[in-house]
Amino acid sequence: MSGGVGLIHYLVVAALLFTMGVLGIFLNRKNIIVILMAIELILLAVNINLVAFSAALNDLVGQVFAMFVLTVAAGEAAIGLAILVIFFRGRGSISVDDPSRMKG
Amino acid sequence: MIQAIAFYLFALVVLVSGAMTISSRNPVHSVLWLILAFFNAAGLMVLVGAEFIAMLLVIVYVGAVAVLFLFVVMMLDIDFAELRAGFVRYFGIGLVLAVALVAEILIGVGAWSAGGIDLARRAAPTVAAKSNIVQIGELLYTRYLFIFEGAGLVLLVAMIGAIVLTHRERSGSRYQNIARQNARRPQDATRNMRPEIGQGVQL
Repeated sequence: MSGGVGLIHYLVVAALLFTMGVLGIFLNRKNIIVILMAIELILLAVNINLVAFSAALNDLVGQVFAMFVLTVAAGEAAIGLAILVIFFRGRGSISVDDPSRMKG
Repeated sequence: MIQAIAFYLFALVVLVSGAMTISSRNPVHSVLWLILAFFNAAGLMVLVGAEFIAMLLVIVYVGAVAVLFLFVVMMLDIDFAELRAGFVRYFGIGLVLAVALVAEILIGVGAWSAGGIDLARRAAPTVAAKSNIVQIGELLYTRYLFIFEGAGLVLLVAMIGAIVLTHRERSGSRYQNIARQNARRPQDATRNMRPEIGQGVQL
């Protein structure tokens, strides 16, 4: 945190990135793959926030926590894509509107 | 000065590639923009002094998650034009919600920086003499050891889950049945015979 770049700058970048991820879920409402990517963007924004606070407060816990967020994001992507693949095998399409027809 | 230039460069590219990720027409392009966003976010983290997380971001996100996305996008034969049908329809409400969300977050950031909110004490203060990765390692293998093990367990469950979900029995292929193989004895499988000359053998 030097050279005129402060914590606020990082927080604003992370806020904009987070909002972009949320907007991505709205815009690509039918495309699960892009929704998963938007979730990755959201988690990336969270990580930027955690690391920025960690550096600004001289506290390492933020970085450790960012690592755990990364772990969960990797697991989520693996499981999400696996579900996507078997869903596609069963129906031949990945439209989000289709699974809402599966009752139970 | 150079740090400010680097920050604005990385931040700009992160935001632009994030926007392209969600608005790109072709999901393959979306994945590639996502990779660019991850690289520049790693740059932002290097700038702030978190080298380990930055390298982890490059290795885990770019090397594993983004490549997994790329595989799945290219493997599935999907009509993506049909999936974009609601794009324009939801653009207005999505934009309104996004503007509201970003305004709320910025108000929160402003309130946090204006008020005198401060931590009473640091949970794990950084030491200037030690490098980033040494400090993270010391913290991870002592105080957060069980959470670290839990993270490993999460990855294990994710791995097993992905294998169980996507594995399927193929009807046409023949698998080795090891139990049957081991249960087979020589006296059941072979026969000693002494055929007469010129008579041929009976199988």
